[in-house]
Amino acid sequence: MAKVLVVTSGKGGVGKTTSTAALGAALAQTGQNVVVVDFDVGLRNLDLVMGAERRVVFDLINVIQGDAKLSQALIRDKRIETLSILPASQTRDKDALTAEGVARVMQELREKFDWVICDSPAGIERGAQLAMYHADHAIVVTNPEVSSVRDSDRIIGMLDSTTEKAKGGGKIEKHLLLTRYDPARAARGEMLRIEDVLEILSIPLLGIIPESEEVLRASNLGAPVTLSSPDSPPARAYAEAARRLEGEKLEITVPVERKGLFARLFKGKS
Amino acid sequence: MSLFGSLFGRGTKTSAPVARDRLQILLAHERTSNGDESDLLSKLHAEILEVIKRHIPVDQDKVQVKLDRGNSVSMLEIDIEVPQIKSPGRR
Repeated sequence: MAKVLVVTSGKGGVGKTTSTAALGAALAQTGQNVVVVDFDVGLRNLDLVMGAERRVVFDLINVIQGDAKLSQALIRDKRIETLSILPASQTRDKDALTAEGVARVMQELREKFDWVICDSPAGIERGAQLAMYHADHAIVVTNPEVSSVRDSDRIIGMLDSTTEKAKGGGKIEKHLLLTRYDPARAARGEMLRIEDVLEILSIPLLGIIPESEEVLRASNLGAPVTLSSPDSPPARAYAEAARRLEGEKLEITVPVERKGLFARLFKGKS
Repeated sequence: MSLFGSLFGRGTKTSAPVARDRLQILLAHERTSNGDESDLLSKLHAEILEVIKRHIPVDQDKVQVKLDRGNSVSMLEIDIEVPQIKSPGRR
């Protein structure tokens, strides 16, 4: 049975696309069939972060409008065979997304894949609503920062009221993914602590992604961070979050830099 | 990144030129095409199929269109699975 996941936040720039790519790759590496879907019509970027920007022929809107078959719009990742991307259109606007069209495409994706991961646009308008509408699970990406937490709270309210699951009397499963977390600053009292954010939003924690230079390096290279530097702290945090999505019970930690023997000898500090 | 890291080509700084090149190629295409590129591709796709359909039956699902945009040249690859043709003249 396919699972539909929406990666959402309300606020822009908190790491939705980075998280979609990293989690998608991590799930696909375990052999699951995964598709990542870009819902940010007009401002697509998932293709760029995944390194597939030169290979886009057709997009979600082409499929919705019947100009292309779904199989023709899906781009197979060159590194992981079980990972595909469905890009958004760069030239149309969000009105081209129709509720019926999205429903049809989501149904077809459910039949083809184990995981359908929808990368939501920022905001709370049509694009974001359609991205979350068919989801079984939602990952709420939040930075430990006041405006992000507030926007996440708003999005959680929408997940509980305007989705298909909610309208049918069911409940969408919500998970908090705390990104750009800096343990040192939190310890010094300069950043909201994990417990603070959890208490305010009160949804279960899926993972904590530490602030890291590796995230920018990954997007420069066009590779999910879980592939470009799998041993880095953010990649390990994403890989563990992916395992939790698959039902494993893992204790939540904030991964730190692993220093090799030589690096330790040269630097002489922890 | 330590000396050791950079010796083995894992320097964090070397990724920026890659980012610049990728953006230049992408934006050059997006600016010139004005969004028509996707239309051009679907037009090409449709017309090529039409010509082939005049001679042999083709299943829409058995057509794959692949693209690789390069710096100066792009590759458009259209894969059409052609069913076994039974020619009436011979056996």
